[in-house]
Amino acid sequence: MAQVQVKVLGSGCANCKRLEETVRKVAAARGIEIALEKVTEYNDMMKWNIMQTPGLVVNDKLVSAGRIPKEDEIAKLLLA
Amino acid sequence: MAQSIASGRPEAPAPVRHINGRLYLLVGVAAVAWIIAYNVIQPIADGITYNILGLEHGSHFGDSLAFFLYDVPKVLLLLGGMIFMISIVRTFFSPERTRALLGGKRQGIGNVLAAMLGIVTPFCSCSAVPLFIGFVESGIPLGVTFSFLIAAPTINEVAVILLYGMFGWQIAALYVASGLVIAIIAGMIIGRLKLERYVEDFVWQLKAGTGGLQEHLTWEDRIYRAWESVKEIVGKVWIYVVIGIAVGAGIHGFVPESALASIMGSQAWWSVPAAVLIGIPLYSNAAGVVPIVGALIEKGASLGTALAFMMSVVGLSLPEMIILRRVLKPQLIVVFVGVIAGAIIITGYMFNLLIR
Repeated sequence: MAQVQVKVLGSGCANCKRLEETVRKVAAARGIEIALEKVTEYNDMMKWNIMQTPGLVVNDKLVSAGRIPKEDEIAKLLLA
Repeated sequence: MAQSIASGRPEAPAPVRHINGRLYLLVGVAAVAWIIAYNVIQPIADGITYNILGLEHGSHFGDSLAFFLYDVPKVLLLLGGMIFMISIVRTFFSPERTRALLGGKRQGIGNVLAAMLGIVTPFCSCSAVPLFIGFVESGIPLGVTFSFLIAAPTINEVAVILLYGMFGWQIAALYVASGLVIAIIAGMIIGRLKLERYVEDFVWQLKAGTGGLQEHLTWEDRIYRAWESVKEIVGKVWIYVVIGIAVGAGIHGFVPESALASIMGSQAWWSVPAAVLIGIPLYSNAAGVVPIVGALIEKGASLGTALAFMMSVVGLSLPEMIILRRVLKPQLIVVFVGVIAGAIIITGYMFNLLIR
């Protein structure tokens, strides 16, 4: 399976960190290989037109913003 | 004799409907439990204080305790129930949708609409920057964007719910109305001042924003998300509610009536601006400040001064100003704070005059 390109958009508030941890945890638990990059500069984040942080980008598409999805949902998003 | 209805009919796909049915049943049961709980807390609180513990009506500690035992569960129930319903409403709004609705509206109407949308669009201070950039980039006027940014944190659902739970719907409605008016007028003033040059340059250089996150939610999604919101907010806030009500209960039971009338009453004309100035650097969860504000009013602080203090604490937050510094130059931040503070002061005076 190809590596999933994941980006977590957020400038460092607690929720942004939690999203990153949860994504890593889900990927590890389900054996999904990911390359995770954190985007913290607003300049860079706006490429995906995000309006609420934290944001989750999978394979260059914004799939979630403003919340931390539950683990099943994250798994589905990573495998889509 | 009636025949069995089910005979001869093909089996409908059961699994999805079955799960949905259980979810709705759960919501229904929770609603009934809530109604029952809400109605028994007053008698239980009084029962524990005056019957079981044998304290006297009118005693300092007795009154404080009854107040505390009644108000804590009441406020927590209200918070849980109303945040759930508000969150369901909010699943129908998103910043992307608000941006689309505001696009092309000019000043005036735009400010009114932006302030109203600020109430129902989900918002957290950490999202202030991407949201600001998103609005401005898609051509929404600066003043209109500010009306939204002022209304959203000030007309905080926790503050409104607490005001409703502790002082009734009139005070809660008054708070919402003044928040709206302040957001609209402050936004319009900032728009007139033409302060675009005080927005950080990089914002104007980003390409125009459209699109972004598109989501299609089922009712199951909405209920799930509303429940997550309740857990998150009540989880964050309950300790402040308990502490705030404890302090309020203490003031209620122990501080003599009118003790504060001389410094916070409507006779002290300087109390309004002073309250607002004190509130600016303070940032508290609405949950902590409302019960205290209520007790202060009870002891002689005038309504206008107390509401002005509360709006200043809740609506002007130092953390949010620091975050906004990423996109606003200092001059604009000063204007932003100054206009809001001015509007709150005027509102405070108005209430002191109108409500004696």
